[in-house]
Amino acid sequence: MLKIKNINSYYGKVHALKNVSLHLKQGEIVTLIGANGAGKTTLLNSLSAVIPTGSGELLFEGAPIMNLPPERIVRLGISQVPEGRQVFNPLSVADNLELGAYLRYRSREGKGEIAKDLDTVYALFPRLLERRKQAAGTLSGGEQQMLAIGRALMARPRLLLLDEPSMGLAPLVVQEIFRVLETLRSEKKTTILLVEQNARAALRLADRGYVLETGKVILEGSTSELLENKDVQRAYLGREKKEVWER
Amino acid sequence: MEQIWDQTYECMEREELEQLQLERLQATLNRAYKNVACYRNKFTGLGIVPEDVQSLSDLSKLPFTSKEDLRLNYPYGMFAVPLREVVRIHSSSGTTGKPTVVGYTKNDLKTWSNLVARFMTAAGVTHDDVVQIAFGYGLFTGAFGLHYGSETIGATVIPMSAGNTEKQIMIMQDYRTTTLVCTPTYAITLADKMEKMGIDPKSLTLKVGLFGGEPWSEAMRREIESRLCLSATDNYGLSEIIGPGVAGECPHKCGMHIFEDAFLPEIIDPETCQPLPPGSVGELVLTTLTKEAFPMIRYRTRDMTSLDYTKCTCGRTMVRMRKTMGRSDDMLIIKGVNVFPSQIEEVLVAVEGCEPHYQLVVDRVGALDVLEVRIEVTENIFFDEMKRQKAFLETVEKRIESVLGVGVTVRLVEPNSIPRQEGKASRVIDKRRI
Repeated sequence: MLKIKNINSYYGKVHALKNVSLHLKQGEIVTLIGANGAGKTTLLNSLSAVIPTGSGELLFEGAPIMNLPPERIVRLGISQVPEGRQVFNPLSVADNLELGAYLRYRSREGKGEIAKDLDTVYALFPRLLERRKQAAGTLSGGEQQMLAIGRALMARPRLLLLDEPSMGLAPLVVQEIFRVLETLRSEKKTTILLVEQNARAALRLADRGYVLETGKVILEGSTSELLENKDVQRAYLGREKKEVWER
Repeated sequence: MEQIWDQTYECMEREELEQLQLERLQATLNRAYKNVACYRNKFTGLGIVPEDVQSLSDLSKLPFTSKEDLRLNYPYGMFAVPLREVVRIHSSSGTTGKPTVVGYTKNDLKTWSNLVARFMTAAGVTHDDVVQIAFGYGLFTGAFGLHYGSETIGATVIPMSAGNTEKQIMIMQDYRTTTLVCTPTYAITLADKMEKMGIDPKSLTLKVGLFGGEPWSEAMRREIESRLCLSATDNYGLSEIIGPGVAGECPHKCGMHIFEDAFLPEIIDPETCQPLPPGSVGELVLTTLTKEAFPMIRYRTRDMTSLDYTKCTCGRTMVRMRKTMGRSDDMLIIKGVNVFPSQIEEVLVAVEGCEPHYQLVVDRVGALDVLEVRIEVTENIFFDEMKRQKAFLETVEKRIESVLGVGVTVRLVEPNSIPRQEGKASRVIDKRRI
């Protein structure tokens, strides 16, 4: 579904992504793990064209999407849930969600479809229904995260990009959010690219994973393989901390 | 529909496979470059960084790795993880005395087991089978590879190890072995023994034979199949890469499928080292794509073969390699053990103190390989006394055996009776029909 070959991206003079290649198959949940500054967010931002990609090849369902205008990419079926939720604080929950369908208002499908999707989001996150009239800024962190995901879903993505959905959330809330991701995959067949610092939770949910280190992919494998890998255990699962000095 | 162990990978579309190969190749290069000094130095010497590999064809820019590199980095220099993460060591004989050491992490062992399970399944082994493993257990990878593969499939393993032919046959009869794992020559030894003991192979329950560890011919396959009443299949592997599990035959027996999601094969001209177009005969070069402890980049296997990318009727999309057709160096495989003439030469130099004229004669008596070392008599090693002469020969035999791991006979010949020719070929006479 998504194929990335040798992409390079820069933040000013910093070479943030070096020759990264990866792919996602229809219906897969793939996770991208790595330390701070490894290039995970950069990769998502390159995909959604929030930042320009220097070179390489980005194919979505066979068509090149590199550096298209971001709204075109959303229309093609890729939505990003940004890091730190970034909901529109003064607007109500309902308005935030409807803005997620912004590109669809002028299309021919009509408002009926959008209303239907709104119901689906409320069904996934009943809490949002309860608070639909409340300003987004007054929600808890977990609720804001749900809102951010709901807003992305309103664009009916076939590929959902999630940037650190568990950041700063209580473990129970994280569980709830991850459960929704699982439902999205099984019921809506949504393909998901998940960037996470909470590697353990991400590896439990995903089918495959890539490990990024200073802008390069150093490992690709099934999540069970990655969980067994000592580098992953040491760096991202917090095991064997005492022995880090040895290398 | 025949059984395929790992449909997702074994039947992957070529385009999808190539993307996966590229991703895994780049990840392997990044890891090897970071963790293995030998690779880093070689790359630096050529002014290459891992990022220069942007497509599978860029592989040809990278330097080769040879057995010599492994020798220079003996024992652990080529490991890409600290020894603490290595859970298994295997080794194989090296060109000049020192063996080659390879290591596996937990994940590597799991990967290995699954790769072996793939070709065992392809050969027709299922969880209902009883697998008798008559490879020697020990530092060689053969027995353990097949052992883990069988257990992964869920078959019943009889870890017989090599030798003791009569007992092998007794167990085969009593335990109702359905799958035989050994070298092809040992399969013939078993058949000979059974014939001598008056055992009808039809009275056995054998179904499949998985033979490897040495090259063998179609003629041998026919002989084994008719004399042991089983389907004889070939598989390929070498310890430097992973052991058995690099490639294996499907029931159509039209070449061994290389598991390309784990290994990237190339065929090169052994003289010019240039990659050859698909279909040509040349030396097989392999790059590992999933190994953690012991990644190999463009390892020269020295095995001559060719690759067939046409689709196989079994449904697997993985490329097929032909049975190996000899070596691009002077290595001999005797009773499944790798033997280099240089190893013998070293022993002779050590014993005699000067370079001798010698010749190696390999033959097959019955189904057993025999190696005879002929040495030209010189002043140094000529003794008047028969007793001393005999003792000398015995010492040489013992020394060679301890280095090679296989027994040899040493014979003295007349001075100047060994033809003097340039090149190593004249040093070795291989009378075996392979």
